[in-house]
Amino acid sequence: MANVLHIVVCAGIVPDPLQTLEPVTGPAGPGLKNEMVLPAVLDPWAASALYEAANLVAKNPGSKLWLVSLGPKAKLQQVMMTIAQKVAFELVPVDGPIGGFPDAHATAAALAETIEAIPGLDRTKCLLFGGWESATRGAGVTLQLVGERLGITDQFQGVDQIDLRDDGSFEVLERVEGGKHQVSACAGTPAVLGWATGNLAEPRNNPQVGMANMRTIMPALAKAKKASLEANGLRYVSVSLPKQQRTTRVEKNMTPDAIAAELVEWIGAE
Amino acid sequence: MSTSAIVEEQTAPEIERQSMEVDIACAGFGPAMGGFLSTLTRAWTENPADPAFESKAAPGMPLQVLCYERADDISSGVSGVVTPGKAIRSSFPDFNPAEIPMAVPVKSERVMYLLDPIGASRRSALLRLGDFFLRLGGKLVGVKDHAFTLPWTPAFLNKHGGLVLGIGQFNQWVGSQLMATGLVQIWPGTPVSKPLITGRSVEGLRLADQGVDKSGEATDGFMAGMDVRAQLTVVGDGPVGAVGQALDEQLGLPEGHAHREWALGMKFVIELPEDSPLKPGTVWHSFGYPEPEIFGFLYVHPDRLVSVGIFVPSWLSDPSRTAYRYLQHYIQHPALWPYLKDGTLRSWGTKSLEESGRHGEPYLVGDGYARIGEGSGSTNMLTGSGVDEAWATGTQLGEAVIELLRAGKPFTQENLASTYEARRRASWVERGAREAENARNGFQDGFIKGLIGMGLAGLTHGKLSLNAKPIPAHKQIRPFPANSADGLKLKEAAALAVADGRPLHDALLSARGWPEIPFDGRLLVTQQDALLIGGKVQAMPGFADHVVFRNAGLCIACPEKTCIAMCSGQAITLGEDGLPAFEREKCVHCGACLWNCGQSPDGVRSNIEFSAGSGGLHSAEN
Repeated sequence: MANVLHIVVCAGIVPDPLQTLEPVTGPAGPGLKNEMVLPAVLDPWAASALYEAANLVAKNPGSKLWLVSLGPKAKLQQVMMTIAQKVAFELVPVDGPIGGFPDAHATAAALAETIEAIPGLDRTKCLLFGGWESATRGAGVTLQLVGERLGITDQFQGVDQIDLRDDGSFEVLERVEGGKHQVSACAGTPAVLGWATGNLAEPRNNPQVGMANMRTIMPALAKAKKASLEANGLRYVSVSLPKQQRTTRVEKNMTPDAIAAELVEWIGAE
Repeated sequence: MSTSAIVEEQTAPEIERQSMEVDIACAGFGPAMGGFLSTLTRAWTENPADPAFESKAAPGMPLQVLCYERADDISSGVSGVVTPGKAIRSSFPDFNPAEIPMAVPVKSERVMYLLDPIGASRRSALLRLGDFFLRLGGKLVGVKDHAFTLPWTPAFLNKHGGLVLGIGQFNQWVGSQLMATGLVQIWPGTPVSKPLITGRSVEGLRLADQGVDKSGEATDGFMAGMDVRAQLTVVGDGPVGAVGQALDEQLGLPEGHAHREWALGMKFVIELPEDSPLKPGTVWHSFGYPEPEIFGFLYVHPDRLVSVGIFVPSWLSDPSRTAYRYLQHYIQHPALWPYLKDGTLRSWGTKSLEESGRHGEPYLVGDGYARIGEGSGSTNMLTGSGVDEAWATGTQLGEAVIELLRAGKPFTQENLASTYEARRRASWVERGAREAENARNGFQDGFIKGLIGMGLAGLTHGKLSLNAKPIPAHKQIRPFPANSADGLKLKEAAALAVADGRPLHDALLSARGWPEIPFDGRLLVTQQDALLIGGKVQAMPGFADHVVFRNAGLCIACPEKTCIAMCSGQAITLGEDGLPAFEREKCVHCGACLWNCGQSPDGVRSNIEFSAGSGGLHSAEN
């Protein structure tokens, strides 16, 4: 028997990690050089959550999916041009600042307030989804804080799988050390799930899904409410990127096993 | 919008496809489409209640206008340009370049003839004599840093009052304005495989199949490309776009017209050092180096960014047209290097340019379709200007469509000809195209004759020009000589290529005397590294290979394999059995392989098929 779920996915947008990202320190603190120039993408961890949510909604008729995203309207619109073709959802945008290092508490407060105001959302049926991490500037706590503010105490992080049972309970696989999963059983909604990568491939672009989504996305963006994230006395002092090393070498005659062996040796030497 | 499932009739096995009805379907989002959609939405926004903008495909709804773009993002442009900008400014009366990253008005301009400081470039005896006298004259005649700066910029090249733009950023700005109106939808990451043609009418677009293997066969997750049926199909997918190519092939070109002349534009975006004396809005044009036929440019953007690049033309008959290597030699020329040497490479980009101009113009309109932009032959070969012209053709079509919608007339060949084509013929775009149509005559016979022909056409506004009969691009590639000095160098290069595994044509340039590139990991990097710095290449999984070698036997027998030399992303390499191998994940969709193939299975087309594909260059800083 299908369960009726109300899934809310919290997903931020991040500068496209494929671009050249260069940290700089400006008057407002650490930031990225030319951030307005860079296109944005849906945070990859949260994107996994969105695809898993859409899969659950498709399997459970009567369920609903909202995507709550906080960012500058123009950038949100740009990201939606790609994401909206993949899965059906209702966008709940919050017009917020770009870049910088917002306080996770302030972000969580703005998101929780927005979710509480979603018309038709039944919080007893709610699964709050998001990424367990962020591809950029993630404190890794925002989703948990949103859950706390909404009074949802069953929380799971590093989720790769959820299996719903007919009675409304479900089983969750969470990543733990050593490449293993912890199996938990939960009596039912509401719950918070911070997703790792999940098991689903990125859905194909479907123009009809895009057309249907856009009918609600553009009006939602037009009336997105503004959120100013207060720093609450928090100040980021500096930021640095992980050290990178790239050595390009063309090998045409090595076997995959030999390449793998060399990589293992190289990683071991680090 | 209405949807239904239909069965494809043309091909076997039958594939069930979704179909969608819209009012206007558009292929490709570039400056021309920006001009079209901006014109349409402005009129619509001024009077939303205008019944002309009510949808016929979805009664009761506003006009359904959809645009499909192959690239992952509309900001994934590939060009820094200098443009007169008059059509763009006309569309946006309050245009403020400061609102667009990388945009700035042109402040100063110069044209330089670059001497060869190395001695490796292929110069004729006459040119060497001229170079000798210039060097002899030295500073007295204005030669400095191996460059002779023309005392004035010829009027036909002058872009004063124009704009330096990064097309990626400009597209992003235009796209965000269009989407904000809520009246049109632009979908990136969605390649269009072909137009839907019945007889000589175009009835819409077919999107590319997804969930297929390299050869296009269905695999897990197969999703047949949807048919988007429309009363009007607007084709603006550029010079190598799948829709434009299919129209040319199936409907033919007007008598005497052909796509014979091409160029590959390739450029770096470099961040200049903090103490750089180059001011935003500075524009330099150059010719003479690294080969006489290769034109170059340097445009300075705000925030210490500069676009520096070259154009490698099809009439450079040498089969070793390794553009990336040439670009690295170009930026090291003594006239440029002092300004660039402490810079950092931020991005890289490349694209094919259709250089036939009016000689390559297709049928601009037909029943149910209209063509705009570079693929419609709008680029002015004399002024080297294409963006403004493309934008203008888009606005002309926009005005025509509004006129027809308000008159309640259908988008027939006749109606589109009397509105869009008539506007275009009466405009400055057409006047410029006529002045420029023979301006490249002469380059086919050599650099000096080409300059004379260009000067003649430029100074007489096209009234005078040289005679020429350009040959198809695949015949412009000179075969490798077997028993000459060049032939010996080829053997030397082949030995080098075998010894260290580098591409043959790169080795050939070394054998000819071009010095090795002193890689510094910051500005001078390998071509593979350039693909990863700024201009990263993307290819969504589940699409078929979009570069296909039609006749494998011809490829194996081809001694030049110029497709490998000119592949901008090194996506074509020499595979086993002598057959070129294509890696979709490296392709930047520049389309150079299409016209850099010296073989032809039918005497007309080259042996390479370049069709609709997903992904490509993924850089916004260009």
